[in-house]
Amino acid sequence: MFAIDPLLESVDGSAVLIVLLKVVVAFAALMIAVMAMVWFERKVVARMQNRLGPNVAGPFGILQTLADGVKLFFKEDLLPREADRPVFRLAPYLSLVPAFLVFVVVPLGGDFSNDRHGVVSWFGKETLVQVADPHIGILFVLAMSSMAVYGVMLAGWSSGSKYPLLGSVRAAAQMISYEAALGLSLLAVLLNSGSLSTNEIVSGQSGWNWNLWATGVVPFIVFFIAATAELNRPPFDLVEAEQELVGGFHTEYSSLRFALFFLAEFMNTITMSAVIVTLFLGGPNGPSFGPGWLQAILPTVWFLAKLLVFLFVFVWLRGTLPRLRYDQLMDLGWKLLIPLALGWFLLLAAFKIGQDEGWNRAVVGVVGTVVILLGALLISMAVGTARARRAAVEVEA
Amino acid sequence: MFATSLVQTLTFAIAAMICVTGALGVVALRNPVHNALSLVATLFGVAVLFIAQEAYFLAAIQVIVYAGAIVVLFLFVIMLLGVDRAESFAAERHPLGLAVGGILGGGVMVLAAVTLFAGVDTATGRRSTVGALAPSDDLNRIGRALFTEYAFAFELTSLLLTIAVLGAVLLSRRASGPPIDLDEFPAEEPDADAEEVEA
Amino acid sequence: MSSASDFLREYLTVLILGGVGAALVGLLLGASHLLRPARRQPGKSLTYESGVDPVGTGWTQSQIRYYVFALLFVMFDVEAVFIFPWATRLEAYGGFGLVEMGIFVFILLLGLVYAWRKGVLKWV
Repeated sequence: MFAIDPLLESVDGSAVLIVLLKVVVAFAALMIAVMAMVWFERKVVARMQNRLGPNVAGPFGILQTLADGVKLFFKEDLLPREADRPVFRLAPYLSLVPAFLVFVVVPLGGDFSNDRHGVVSWFGKETLVQVADPHIGILFVLAMSSMAVYGVMLAGWSSGSKYPLLGSVRAAAQMISYEAALGLSLLAVLLNSGSLSTNEIVSGQSGWNWNLWATGVVPFIVFFIAATAELNRPPFDLVEAEQELVGGFHTEYSSLRFALFFLAEFMNTITMSAVIVTLFLGGPNGPSFGPGWLQAILPTVWFLAKLLVFLFVFVWLRGTLPRLRYDQLMDLGWKLLIPLALGWFLLLAAFKIGQDEGWNRAVVGVVGTVVILLGALLISMAVGTARARRAAVEVEA
Repeated sequence: MFATSLVQTLTFAIAAMICVTGALGVVALRNPVHNALSLVATLFGVAVLFIAQEAYFLAAIQVIVYAGAIVVLFLFVIMLLGVDRAESFAAERHPLGLAVGGILGGGVMVLAAVTLFAGVDTATGRRSTVGALAPSDDLNRIGRALFTEYAFAFELTSLLLTIAVLGAVLLSRRASGPPIDLDEFPAEEPDADAEEVEA
Repeated sequence: MSSASDFLREYLTVLILGGVGAALVGLLLGASHLLRPARRQPGKSLTYESGVDPVGTGWTQSQIRYYVFALLFVMFDVEAVFIFPWATRLEAYGGFGLVEMGIFVFILLLGLVYAWRKGVLKWV
């Protein structure tokens, strides 16, 4: 009776094969990428600090990550006395699983030029070079990154120890603050694509029509800063600030459980870079040339090249910038990035509506800019008077 | 239209099980953080149910807003109160608690059953929607309703949110002067351990 | 592609990947549990406190400031959620939609400015 299940009608062997293949390949690719990323980061940062970096395990020390992994695998696992055991055991899963689920919606290849929407043909089936293309693609990324807060928060709380608790509450506050900015800077991209699906977003950027300049760079900068903070990467690594928090939320984790948090962190760096490439740099879009086989793999090559740029920039930031103070971090998020993202989005929206309705572009531009500047002025005046009043009260007292 | 295919039936069964287990966890578990986690499980189950009804946007919103923001807010409140205070909850059992809870819970069950079988939502008087929406278009449907028919309610929502922030700001401040500013660790009564060390 | 098999492919794939990931993590942890040494001593389960014995319990109250930020986050999260359907179908709502959204964002920014003015956003 189940044989006539309407859902399973259109599913045949090759469709199942493609799904399985995608899952396995995505998984393996991500694991290898994470191992390579750990090595890459250590090597690059070492060079920036005039050191050699890992150079013993394998050629150029490339097997160092594997060696570390094996070491951690055989280490004793310690449970703190005060730990909340079920949650302590659950937290690494909550950190890791969302980290690689984000990867699912990233288009990794396929030809997006000439309205082909990245469709490729495998085993006689038309499919996309991404594991899945849900309608809500980009919201899925947001949902998963909001889930990542739980891993951090619960890891710190369940340890029953002071440093992790402090680290985790700080981390959670930081992550939610920048998640707001992340969501708001995303909106500008949606104006251009008119869809939430990552495939559509990349299709809308075919040719050189990348969102990076189509949205006027500002959303990209906001998104990039917010993503760095969301990842807890330097200069926003207050979460694990070794000097003050001894490692933050995972202080009490040891052995493989610690390795899982470490893995999740690097996996998040890779997936977030991939998301940035997808949203702003046209994903696998790029010039296509050469024989057929080269044309087939070129989009993936472009994608990886763009990805590598961001991975390098993340490491570069770590090698260059000092860590922000917590108040600077909160100021940047709430007082600059969020109003900026919102204001820019409304300006872009006004332009786009103006185009549709046939308003004069110059008028829209002038009026929009004046309104936003006026808003900024009013905000700064309101805040300024309040600050002056508070200062006066404090002087009297 | 009820779930017709095996996959849909299975999805529904699993999601419903997650929902109910989570809901029971919220009520039965003793530790507030465990309760919050159970709530997350329930919300996830509801998101899966939305997906099964092809309301993808609602599913995403369910996870982003409820699981990602509201429950995180709950967790912050729990941390604010200090979790070890939770143990006193057990002592506060009221003798009538079970009876009142039973009656209320039973009432809700009856209401749900009536809604299900009558096919009419008792609260709104409209037909309840069972089955999928027009495929994958809930984003635009919600948008159309929100920005045309319910424009005023939409604007009021922003007012509501602003008022909530107003309340939070007022709560976190003393009657006058700067915001309440405890040290990272508020003063604790000295512990037995600490006294031993001092002695 | 019918919407039913669409549902099957896209979301079930996500589910499968999540399941595979969680299973693999579990498998790794299980294998490690069998292979690694476990010699429990009371000293090992003490929490870290810069080298001295831990004082009190690790669970304490956090500050109320975090609560304000969490609530502000809820506000902006909900705001973003309301803007999503508008941003993807901008042309459908035209100038009226723009005014509507302008008022909406303005009122919400009032909340942020209020918190800002009251000095709650300032992290001392």
